[in-house]
Amino acid sequence: MKHLLQRVLFYLFTAWAAITVNFFIPRLIPGDPVQALIARYKGQMSSDAIASLYVLFGIDKHASLWSDYLKYWKQLAHGDLGLSFTSFPTPVSEIIASSLPWTLALVGITTIISFLLGTGLGVIAGWRRGSWVDGLLPVTTFLSSIPYFWLGLVAIALLAGPGSYFPSSGGYEPGLVPAFDSYFLSSAIQHSILPALTILISSVSGWILSMRNMMVTVAAEDYITVAHAKGLPERRVALSYAARNALLPNVSGFALALGFIVGGTLLVEIVFSYPGLGFQLFRAVGAKDYPLMQGIFLVITISVLVANLLADVAYLMLDPRTRKEG
Amino acid sequence: MTIPTSSIDQVIPGQGAMAQPEIAPGRARRRRFRFFANAKSSIGLALLGIYVLFAVIGPWVAPYDPSARSSELVQPPSSAHWLGTTHLGQDVLSQLLVGTRGVMVVGLTAGVVATVLSVLIGVTAGYLGGPWDDGLSALSNVFLVIPALPLIIILTSTINNAGDSVVALVIGLTSWAWGARVLRAQTLSLRRREYIEAARATGETTWRIIGFEIMPNLTAIIASGFIGTVIFAVMSEITLAFIGISSSGTWNWGEILFWAQSEQGLAQGAWWWFVPAGLAIAILGTALSLVNFGIDEFVSPRLRNAGKTRVKTASGQTVRMRVGFTPVLARPPSGGAAGGDPDGGDTGGDTIVAEAAR
Amino acid sequence: MRQPVLEIRNLDVGYGLGDVALRAVRDVSLTLHRGEVLGLAGESGSGKSTLAYGVTRLLPPPGVITGGEVVYHPENGSPYDVLALGDRELRAFRWAETAIVFQGAMNSLNPVHRISVQLTDVIAAHQPDLSARARAERAREMLRLVGIAADRMDAYPHQLSGGMRQRVMIGMALALQPQIVIMDEPTTALDVVMQRQILRQLVALRERLGFSVIFITHDLSLLVEFADRIAIMYGGRIVEEAPASALYRDALHPYTAGLLGSFPALRGPRRDLTGIPGSPPDLTSMPTGCSFHPRCPKAFEPCPVTIPPLGSPDTPGGSTRTVACLLHPATNPEVR
Repeated sequence: MKHLLQRVLFYLFTAWAAITVNFFIPRLIPGDPVQALIARYKGQMSSDAIASLYVLFGIDKHASLWSDYLKYWKQLAHGDLGLSFTSFPTPVSEIIASSLPWTLALVGITTIISFLLGTGLGVIAGWRRGSWVDGLLPVTTFLSSIPYFWLGLVAIALLAGPGSYFPSSGGYEPGLVPAFDSYFLSSAIQHSILPALTILISSVSGWILSMRNMMVTVAAEDYITVAHAKGLPERRVALSYAARNALLPNVSGFALALGFIVGGTLLVEIVFSYPGLGFQLFRAVGAKDYPLMQGIFLVITISVLVANLLADVAYLMLDPRTRKEG
Repeated sequence: MTIPTSSIDQVIPGQGAMAQPEIAPGRARRRRFRFFANAKSSIGLALLGIYVLFAVIGPWVAPYDPSARSSELVQPPSSAHWLGTTHLGQDVLSQLLVGTRGVMVVGLTAGVVATVLSVLIGVTAGYLGGPWDDGLSALSNVFLVIPALPLIIILTSTINNAGDSVVALVIGLTSWAWGARVLRAQTLSLRRREYIEAARATGETTWRIIGFEIMPNLTAIIASGFIGTVIFAVMSEITLAFIGISSSGTWNWGEILFWAQSEQGLAQGAWWWFVPAGLAIAILGTALSLVNFGIDEFVSPRLRNAGKTRVKTASGQTVRMRVGFTPVLARPPSGGAAGGDPDGGDTGGDTIVAEAAR
Repeated sequence: MRQPVLEIRNLDVGYGLGDVALRAVRDVSLTLHRGEVLGLAGESGSGKSTLAYGVTRLLPPPGVITGGEVVYHPENGSPYDVLALGDRELRAFRWAETAIVFQGAMNSLNPVHRISVQLTDVIAAHQPDLSARARAERAREMLRLVGIAADRMDAYPHQLSGGMRQRVMIGMALALQPQIVIMDEPTTALDVVMQRQILRQLVALRERLGFSVIFITHDLSLLVEFADRIAIMYGGRIVEEAPASALYRDALHPYTAGLLGSFPALRGPRRDLTGIPGSPPDLTSMPTGCSFHPRCPKAFEPCPVTIPPLGSPDTPGGSTRTVACLLHPATNPEVR
């Protein structure tokens, strides 16, 4: 329990650090983006909204940095991430709320499937070391070196397009209203197959490789020899003794790699114009929509922290040593 | 983005049972030779050499000015344009060749920046321990869990007109944490070794011990961290160019892909426009990964493949060598005593360079 | 009334194949009799552990068995060669007939499973008909046998001390009532008091349950105390084999004498501690002739040339022992 508490404290600290970084980044922007915006939307902006933008961008020369920082926190506490420039005057939080579920569904599910599948294949590759499975390793290395977004491009070029079952862009059929009915869901699933496969193909090989190496390392442990000496069935030695132990470092590796993976998978959304956070980030970057960029970064970071915490809990349940001693 | 596949980091921290790199100072030279003899790392280094070569000579051997327009729009490969042309009639091959330098320079610069930072932070944390360790470890863990790519995207798009050097710097400054973590763990375990303790007992200065006793034994890990960062940096800068952030004009491969996508290269079936750049990235990534596998196997001998794994048993079968079922070999005809009989191995297999005779 | 339970005949075990092959165990013949404790001693690198791993075919790659036989005599039934068993038969043979207690008590237990799981899975694998309750009962009984309270069944390995873990391993080794228990430096990692305590318990259990023990150690003094017979290995070969008391009283091979001289006398007058000069031979470059000759204080001309055969020496009581030394020419060298 103590161990878990430490982790929670660490994630809170990291969240604080990310929020603080987020506070300072806009202060690097040269010029006065708020003035430009106000000029663009003359008269349409309430004075409240203008004040809030000034806090976000730190252009108010009268306020000290410290008081800006406190105000920034206050705004965050109310869930106020500012107003989006591009879809003015929609609040950033609203845009994020509508795109987050798409990302969670696509990236979350495919990442978990990829981890489970890769780990499973890695167990086989590691246990049957020296067999034909080893011949697949160079292929998987190559696949894992392909940028996610390029694989997406190739997938679109080869599989999608007019007349194909796979749509090349979007999260659902244009014209459908998002709702939990069979029309909408089947359309959403149809649209997510290709992006999901893209993520799966380029991420699964990393897991195969790391699990294989862990299996090879664990296979030389004394307790594996003991398991063989006990005359246990091969399956039990491979799974309950070797794989069960090799899984532990792979799970902590999963937690550490989450930040990398999420970054890469967001690009797949861009290629497929998938209505998730990655695509929104792309649009925000193109339009220099700073509040939206910042809001998305914050939400992505916090999602990754939560996922890390979940991975920590999983590790805790898998390893009796940390469970008891902390 | 690529998942860091190096197993070194997973092998070292705290898992008491895992292989520890045992590089005795005196033996280092012979082992270094073995690294170059490794097939994976030599193939990787050879490929890498080709990339470096084109990074140097690319702009000179490029047949056209990569930005020069012509009237041949979106033409498939021909003898005039080996890799076809873009929507403005630019030569794709020239763009690819000219772009190599930018990709390599940014990748290597970011790698150097990140490696220097990771060595400074990781080794300091591991060697000094105490509050230094706590503070620096917390710092690197923070950088590790914050998703680096979105941060890089936001930073570079905030800084107006980020050129190659700014991009390299931003990537370097945000991606050192992985290496620092691995180096810290390894320094910590080195610090407890007897010869380091002995050096401390004889009153050598801290910097001398770090410089002459610890650093030489971290070479492999630093190299592996460097290559891992270069992979990440190359992918990141190409991504930045692909989503249209970094400055134009250098013909970064990501930029080729950016135009290919935004000008409907896909819809027109202009495969020559986006396939070569993607392959160039993938092969560069593979080459770097191969070098890293070589380093991995060099550091943890258990991963090494000792060549022949299939043996012929006394019963006439051919089996794979594996843990738990030692094969009984067929005796050469000259052997005197009766050989043992069969072995029915069918699965598994492992070739570990065990310490001969315990 | 000395029945053999395990006969090792001309066993050759090595590492690697082809040009890089090393021979770690050379032409070893050794017989374990029913109910006895056979000690196997030698410096590290002498091949004693390789012999044990070879006999059980647990030597990890690139280990290979290059020749010989390991004949097992079951309690009822005809003897068979362990090296000729197929995978399935070998699995059935393991632990039910020959159990092993390994060197590292620390790493012999799977860290992620409870003791109870590791004790019962081996019973389940060999006696699938037994109910789960009966298996648990057997496991508890085994723990009681080695002096561990039954409530430690649910503990994880990291919650037990080193001594307790090794007791669990011994209890586990006896769970299927094997004929042979091989112990590879089982107590090396433990303190001296714990070592003796565990060994005394083992000898007592042996008297109750009637299994035979091959006890491998570099600590000859332990064997003198606890073993019935002792075999000494050097450079992959057996150089001397004798009843424990005879070996202690009157070592024939200079290497045995050297080993005996490297620890204080257990009783009787004080001796000088001498030790053996030099270091064990490198497997890659074995000396010619008797592999001990470069370190031997009594070496003479034929030693670097002739490999001494193992045979009974021409001394009083020589028929109960064997030695491979040119100083003690064999009266009946075992036919190679």
